[in-house]
Amino acid sequence: MHEYPITEQIIKICSQHCAEAKADKVVSVSLVVGDYSGCVGESIQMYFDIISEGTPCESAKLKIKRVKPKLKCPACGEFFERAPMSFACPKCGVDGEPTEIGKEFYIEEIEVE
Amino acid sequence: MHDIRKLNVMENVMDENDHIAEHVREHMGAHGVLIVNEMGAPGVGKTTTLKNIIERLQIAKPFVIEGDIESDLDTKDLNSLGIAAYQINTFGACHLDAPMIDHKIDEMDFDLEDKERGILFIENIGNLVCPAEFTIGEHVLMLIATVTEGSDKPYKYPLAFEKADIILINKVDLIPYLDFDEEFFMKGVRALNKTAPVFKVSGKTGEGYAEVAAWLEGRAAALDIHEHHHGHGDDEHHHHHHE
Repeated sequence: MHEYPITEQIIKICSQHCAEAKADKVVSVSLVVGDYSGCVGESIQMYFDIISEGTPCESAKLKIKRVKPKLKCPACGEFFERAPMSFACPKCGVDGEPTEIGKEFYIEEIEVE
Repeated sequence: MHDIRKLNVMENVMDENDHIAEHVREHMGAHGVLIVNEMGAPGVGKTTTLKNIIERLQIAKPFVIEGDIESDLDTKDLNSLGIAAYQINTFGACHLDAPMIDHKIDEMDFDLEDKERGILFIENIGNLVCPAEFTIGEHVLMLIATVTEGSDKPYKYPLAFEKADIILINKVDLIPYLDFDEEFFMKGVRALNKTAPVFKVSGKTGEGYAEVAAWLEGRAAALDIHEHHHGHGDDEHHHHHHE
């Protein structure tokens, strides 16, 4: 649902960088999306194709790198993906704490020509 | 000249929203208004909670922005009680964002006396997912959970519980009729969030809300306010009406 305005923002940022580099068009966009960023890659792709029409991003290829959220164990320091209905560390059983891993949502790089 | 070049961008997609949110937070805070972003699933008693808290405020002046996909029933309800409530309809969007709040507070009149504190309650769209992902300029993210939703909610909606600054468990008057596992619920809450206070409340009986109101007023009193003479908000972005 909320991927529409977010995709507009992605296209705006990419078009700006393209213009600043005095390039004609954006060929590809590399996006890093954490699962807790709240954005679904497939939806961004769908909107991207529609919204980018008539912009320097038209027909650019969208490359999405997904990042799984990880917890950090306060006892043994292990970073781990949690099992459903649990926060327990697989190594020592202590409940892990949230980290920033999995909340990423940024444009890493673009290719222009 | 049709070489393909790589450009390093490294720009957060949410930067624009986050900058506007930061501006709203600083601007309102400097004028003595604490912003409370109220989040919870549909039917957890968000509007009922606001009424209960506002009734029990001792010092701070309340203001409300109601976020709804459609309709202004809650706003009319609050206005009929003499509460200054304003409506935002998102017409389909699943959360409020910072630009919507920035525009809305421009229309509102925060008529505070010198040193007086206000609390602006913003009732977000009924949803436990998207509102957790968009900051709207709040000082306090208040999460409403209920005993009727079940004790597994921290495990299913971890981000909402992780980000909350205060957590209310509503409908505790129904505990005798339910199998709410408070220990399991709290274990999940504390794995995600070590610091948020948790208050048990009942919209039906009013229990627990006096403590919540006092906690919020404590946060409002702790705001670092600048002198506000008669008006407020006449900086580059905001043009409120002045007496």
